[in-house]
Amino acid sequence: MARYLVNRVAAMAGILLLVCLFTYAVFFLFSPDPAVQICGKTCTPERIDQIRDNLGLDQPFWSQFLTFLKGIFVGRSYGDGVSAVQCSAPCLGYSFQSSQPVTDMMLQRLPVSATVAIGAAVLWLLGGVSAGLLSAVREGTWVDKTLTGLTLGGMSIPNYVLALVLQYVLVVRLQWLPFPQAVPFSDDPVQWFLNFVMPWIVLAVGYAAAYTRLTRANVIDTLQENFLRTARAKGLAPRLVWRRHALRPALTPVVTVFGMDFAGLLGGALITETVFGLNGVGKLAADSIAKNDQPVIMGVTLLAAFFVVIGNVVVDLVYTVIDPRVRVGT
Amino acid sequence: MNGPAQNLLEVSDLTVSFPTATGHTDVVSHLDLTLEKGGALGIVGESGSGKSLTSLAIMGLLPGKARRSGSIRFAGDELTTMSESALRRVRGDRIAMIFQDPLSSLNPYYTVGAQIQEAYRSHRKGVSRRQARQVSIEAMERVHIKDAARRVDDYPHQFSGGMRQRVMIAMALSTEPELLIADEPTTALDVTVQAQILELLEEIRRETGSGLILITHDLAVVSEITDHIVVMRYGECVERGPVEAVFSDPQHAYTRDLLDAVPRIDDDIAALRTPGRAGEAT
Ligand SMILES: Nc1ncnc2c1ncn2[C@@H]1O[C@H](COP(=O)(O)OP(=O)(O)OP(=O)(O)O)[C@@H](O)[C@H]1O
Ligand SMILES: [Mg+2]
Repeated sequence: MARYLVNRVAAMAGILLLVCLFTYAVFFLFSPDPAVQICGKTCTPERIDQIRDNLGLDQPFWSQFLTFLKGIFVGRSYGDGVSAVQCSAPCLGYSFQSSQPVTDMMLQRLPVSATVAIGAAVLWLLGGVSAGLLSAVREGTWVDKTLTGLTLGGMSIPNYVLALVLQYVLVVRLQWLPFPQAVPFSDDPVQWFLNFVMPWIVLAVGYAAAYTRLTRANVIDTLQENFLRTARAKGLAPRLVWRRHALRPALTPVVTVFGMDFAGLLGGALITETVFGLNGVGKLAADSIAKNDQPVIMGVTLLAAFFVVIGNVVVDLVYTVIDPRVRVGT
Repeated sequence: MNGPAQNLLEVSDLTVSFPTATGHTDVVSHLDLTLEKGGALGIVGESGSGKSLTSLAIMGLLPGKARRSGSIRFAGDELTTMSESALRRVRGDRIAMIFQDPLSSLNPYYTVGAQIQEAYRSHRKGVSRRQARQVSIEAMERVHIKDAARRVDDYPHQFSGGMRQRVMIAMALSTEPELLIADEPTTALDVTVQAQILELLEEIRRETGSGLILITHDLAVVSEITDHIVVMRYGECVERGPVEAVFSDPQHAYTRDLLDAVPRIDDDIAALRTPGRAGEAT
């Protein structure tokens, strides 16, 4: 078990390193000269040279990459002498636009993305799994058919369309929700909560649809399993047959998918955050792409990769607990 | 109703049918079976002849679409008119079943111990965990699983095919059923293991005095441990009788074909088929 853990963590570190390398290479090769960008319109060649020197842009690729990695783990400094700027670990550089440390920018926005992700996850898990169960139990009836239709709709409607429709219906027509205003939680918790309701729904709908489908298919498959026949042949009450023998095998795959999906969302829900003007990591990514703010783009890319890789490992570990067949060392 | 000589199981005029596009097809038709207390009955027939559906019909576990008619009397009680909850008290307690593929018939998520004691706990109210665990260990010992006290906490995938089938048998035994239905219990196993499992079934029947219905497509298997046999084809019984009689003097061409198709050279059968040498069989 311990060895398995060590292996997993080592593999995870390796993958993250590759992601770093790849991302860095892409930006190194395909981006316009950052020095020109930082310098702005009124710029002298001397100034550009100085910036290049500060950022280490005159160094070869590998040397720049190693400095970048070093920044993440132990921090680095830009320039030298009295004008040197110390960037402490984890250092991902400074925004070309605002000159803020990228790490700080992301950390500020992470709580918003996490709030969006957690709320949506609760909604889609509850909604998707229960709809899937209902659909499977009522397989072939009108309930099942209606849910299947809704699922199809939920999977095909684009987020931004759904967002607009919801805003129109819930805020303008029915006035169930107030007009969204940016407020900190401590000022007005109710308004804060209501602000998140629409993003949660919008984000959850697509996932809920996918989870309904997944749950339905898994439950129907599990009900065909021979061990269910065994359970019935033992004379167990239907309640027990369901709870012990059907649900656990049927819902295990949902755990995997959920881990991945949730981890993916911690790296920001680009469209939803942008549409609702929520200052999360996703909106940061969208803004920085629009302005070609390389350090920030790279930062959010790495952050997203980080969450996905961590999510993978967590899912694997959870799996060793819930599925005895993958338990190692037994 | 007919005193001490009452049969353990009397199936009469059992018909099972499935709906089709044009109406219904009978997959079991007008089948009669009789099993004495402590007797062993073999049901033989090729694939698709309706053997499994017959056993599921007895258990009341037919798929939802299937229709069943006829009478199934178990120890004097009519099963076909019994309520579902009364039937559940019979299932797994008084009639237990063993299935063909032991791996897929065991739930991969639970230890074999948990699965063995499940039937026992649901039929005997107020059993403590310790007692139930002890029952499962004893059941495993009875089917000769070595080191049962430790292996009780292992999962099905940690057992070999033959051992899994032993686990299935232990599961069926835990409640000391009056009737054991084994649907092709050895088909998924290799030949040497097959013999061991059959020997085990025979031993259990001797020791517990429970009735046994052994379903198979392999006549050699039936000949070893049952006393009566029913040959099925297309859902109908084509021949029935004591094993020796059917083997030595098959009436139906289909039975003769089955006998000829016995895949391995088996002294018992050769002896049985030649009336004069029947006594030499060991
Ligand atoms: N759910 C079902 N719907 C329709 N037909 C079925 C269904 N289950 C079984 N049948 C049909 O009933 C017939 C008998 O099936 P059964 O499983 O009892 O055969 P069997 O004698 O046990 O065969 P095998 O040796 O392959 O196990 C088969 O022809 C099969 O196609
Ligand atoms: Mg069968």
